[in-house]
Amino acid sequence: MPYIPHDGLETAAMLAAVGVERLDQLFDEIPPTLLVHDMVLPEGLSEMALHRELEGRAMSNAPLRCFAGGGAYAHHIPAIVWEIAGRGEFYSAYTPYQPEASQGTLQVVYEYQSFITRLTGLEVSNASLYDGASGLAEACLMALRIQGGDKSILVPENLLPGWRRVLDSVLGLQNIRLVSVPYDRATGTLILPAEAGDAAALIIPQSSALGLLEPVDALTDWAHGHDLLAIAVVNPLALALLKAPGDWGTQGADIAVGEGQPLGIPLTGGGPYFGFLACRKAHVRQLPGRLVAKTVDGQGREGFCLTLQAREQHIRRGKATSNICTNQGLMVTAATIHMATLGGRGLQQTAVLCHERAALLRELLTAVPGVSLPYGGPFFHEFVLRLPQAAVAVRDALLGHGLLAGLPLADWGMGEAGDLLVCTTELLEEADLLAYRDALTSVLETL
Amino acid sequence: MSASIFDHDHHFPGVELPSDIPAELLRKTPLNLPNPAELEVLRHYTRLSQQNFSIDTQFYPLGSCTMKYNPRIAHTMASLPGFARLHPDTPAPAMQGLLQVLWELQEWLAAATGMAAVSLTPAAGAQGELAGVAMIRAYHAARGDHGRRKMLIPTAAHGTNPASAQMAGFAVVEIPNLADGDLDMAFLDQHLGPDVAGIMLTNPSTLGVFERRIADIAARVHGAGGLLYYDGANLNAILGRVQPGQMGFDVMHLNLHKTFATPHGGGGPGAGAVAVQERLRPFLPLPTVGREGGGALRWVTEQELPRSIGRFSAHGGNIGVLLRAHAYLRRLGRVGVSRVSAYAALNANYLLKELQRVGYQAAFPERRASHEFILSVSDLQKATGIRALDVAKRLLDFGIHAPTIYFPQLVPECLLIEPTETESKATLDRFVAVMAQIRQEALEQPELLREAPHHLPVGRLDEALAARRLDVAAAQ
Ligand SMILES: Cc1ncc(COP(=O)(O)O)c(C=O)c1O
Repeated sequence: MPYIPHDGLETAAMLAAVGVERLDQLFDEIPPTLLVHDMVLPEGLSEMALHRELEGRAMSNAPLRCFAGGGAYAHHIPAIVWEIAGRGEFYSAYTPYQPEASQGTLQVVYEYQSFITRLTGLEVSNASLYDGASGLAEACLMALRIQGGDKSILVPENLLPGWRRVLDSVLGLQNIRLVSVPYDRATGTLILPAEAGDAAALIIPQSSALGLLEPVDALTDWAHGHDLLAIAVVNPLALALLKAPGDWGTQGADIAVGEGQPLGIPLTGGGPYFGFLACRKAHVRQLPGRLVAKTVDGQGREGFCLTLQAREQHIRRGKATSNICTNQGLMVTAATIHMATLGGRGLQQTAVLCHERAALLRELLTAVPGVSLPYGGPFFHEFVLRLPQAAVAVRDALLGHGLLAGLPLADWGMGEAGDLLVCTTELLEEADLLAYRDALTSVLETL
Repeated sequence: MSASIFDHDHHFPGVELPSDIPAELLRKTPLNLPNPAELEVLRHYTRLSQQNFSIDTQFYPLGSCTMKYNPRIAHTMASLPGFARLHPDTPAPAMQGLLQVLWELQEWLAAATGMAAVSLTPAAGAQGELAGVAMIRAYHAARGDHGRRKMLIPTAAHGTNPASAQMAGFAVVEIPNLADGDLDMAFLDQHLGPDVAGIMLTNPSTLGVFERRIADIAARVHGAGGLLYYDGANLNAILGRVQPGQMGFDVMHLNLHKTFATPHGGGGPGAGAVAVQERLRPFLPLPTVGREGGGALRWVTEQELPRSIGRFSAHGGNIGVLLRAHAYLRRLGRVGVSRVSAYAALNANYLLKELQRVGYQAAFPERRASHEFILSVSDLQKATGIRALDVAKRLLDFGIHAPTIYFPQLVPECLLIEPTETESKATLDRFVAVMAQIRQEALEQPELLREAPHHLPVGRLDEALAARRLDVAAAQ
């Protein structure tokens, strides 16, 4: 019996100790009318057969060189990251509710929190949320609690549309209005909002859905000038290079959130990733999710435990700062090992490489006849290319060349039909960039 | 405490930042992260892992959490490069292998729960609950039934239930349980009415017993125009035996990281797939996986499901966890799935009887245990001052993870014990022997328990100091 150790004798002895004869009798309190007779499930497979079946499925997903970003990025993950994160002691542990038996996980989370505070320039980081988008929804709810009485959030039109949809779904349940902040169609970057209305916060993406770097100082100062909180949306890898939210404007952003996937998490079709959220210490009591602190035991030995749990649902129930319980713990363990393995220097080198490769690809592709750049502003590792033909058709044609060429903005209802969002990371070498150029040239000639 | 990663630092010259990005957009403060050598990283985190209890190293009878063996084959399958390298925006024709797995999982979960349709997107139980109660809200709203502001939830329910209901804009009304563990029907009748949107239950309940009058409860709630939500955290108890759909539930979530053996990873990630009856299908969270006439699979979007409650994550959910659940289900198959609840119940009922034999008191002695059960050590507390917390901490000294304590809050000094079907009789017998010894220690040398644990890297930690000092990040 897969994963059930009992033999017949043991089962019989246990049934006898319980005082029944058959396993079915253990369910004698359940009204017989509720018992199922059949379920349409397949027959079980041996481990060998299972392996074969799933390997077949995995291999039928065509291998593609990945030039797509839009919130999920193909990066190199050092071998040791999942070698250690996959250890049973991390992989199969529960949430560290018994701190004495969970010092490993707790110290990892404390180190993770330390890394995130240093990347973001803010003082407190929680232990993770589900993903970047749901993390942003939590950040908005947090801002509304801090501000009290406000009813809306200012949301940039060039926020990733997938994130905007999550805000619509989550904040809509509490009748919170999302007020759009438009972007300049010529430059692609945000226009300072005309008024603050009854908003609690302004969301400021450091790098927008168009891949452009936003004027974060001016936006942060505008928010604070209108008594709003500034919520920074950041790529953690880009922060090795770009200004930390804590340094934005004259006072710094109040909350920073983002998608942690670039830190050692495989793409896996969309998840599991993890959301990170950092804030000022003054706002820690409104923070959603778990938090780890350093303390001492009765003998003065240092150790770690969960803290300020009265914010959470298992203590505060309906009045908790969030309903989140299970978070993305193992992803945080992997991200911590990833950051430690690369080190501050490795993270910076990777970020610089991503940028340089993207700059080179941008140059190569804009030299292809008919291809132009709709926006000229600074960028990190993503940019919009304007193609002379529909980007969806070009993207599909390039699949045949073994390339995932990017994300057509039309899929998001943004930009023009020819607009393609292209991303380059350190994984793509010069030969890959040249292959892209050549494939694009030939596809544009034949389409 | 182990050495800190910040102790392993080597100094390298700084990296030159690109000159084509304006200086005011670049980092102002240097990035102060350590630069350890790879071997130092390897040793540091390997040592930290050794300071954890885990299923792979210890018996972990944590009630409500279903800490069963997480088969390694599922991990291997989810890590296959053909899945791991897939960008979420890969066009559907280039990811049919993954979509096939997800589509099958949707079908199998619907079959296992007796529901009509499934969405796999919620990232954990709590997000599944939020999506579930949001569907209840959308259902009433679509019928123009706007006055249903209240959600009924048993006092013994998990904290995420009221927190999720509150996040979905409902007012929570708590319903008490009776002394035998069943719901207080009189209280229920009093509160049912045109302002009630529904009720959130798990069955067996968090008290470790089956709610025997579930059909009656369903009839009453439906009669009053409300819907029933099933918290699937306890599905391990009835898998393959009773289906939530058949009990009368309209919508539910499954904790795939409990019943379907995906790991907890020291806190997550999980997956909280939602399943619904036909009338709630139009409201499912997106994306789901759909199949065209010719068999091609694709993501279902808003165009096709315009009344969907929307999206709760940027992509398709915790797909790596879903891959593991799929592998587990496929390995077990129909017969293996039905064995899960049988042996989970056998282990729980056996352990309960044995612990009663060595002197422990069951919270519901006249009831059959489900896949878990509650002991109360109030008797020990009266006799010696020893609390559930002390018993829990002493267990750690014997290399056994503590059961869940002080949940549900209803039962004083309680231990919620869930052995799961993957533990052997020998492991359970050792647990009973250790519990018997601890009981004796409690009576003879209670300070041994009060000061436990004695054999772990740290003793009981000063949680008040932790909250006061709030040292939550290493000083720079
Ligand atoms: C009874 C019950 N309901 C709901 C949940 C919440 O699930 P999750 O932690 O996956 O959000 C849990 C688990 O902790 C639970 O035990």
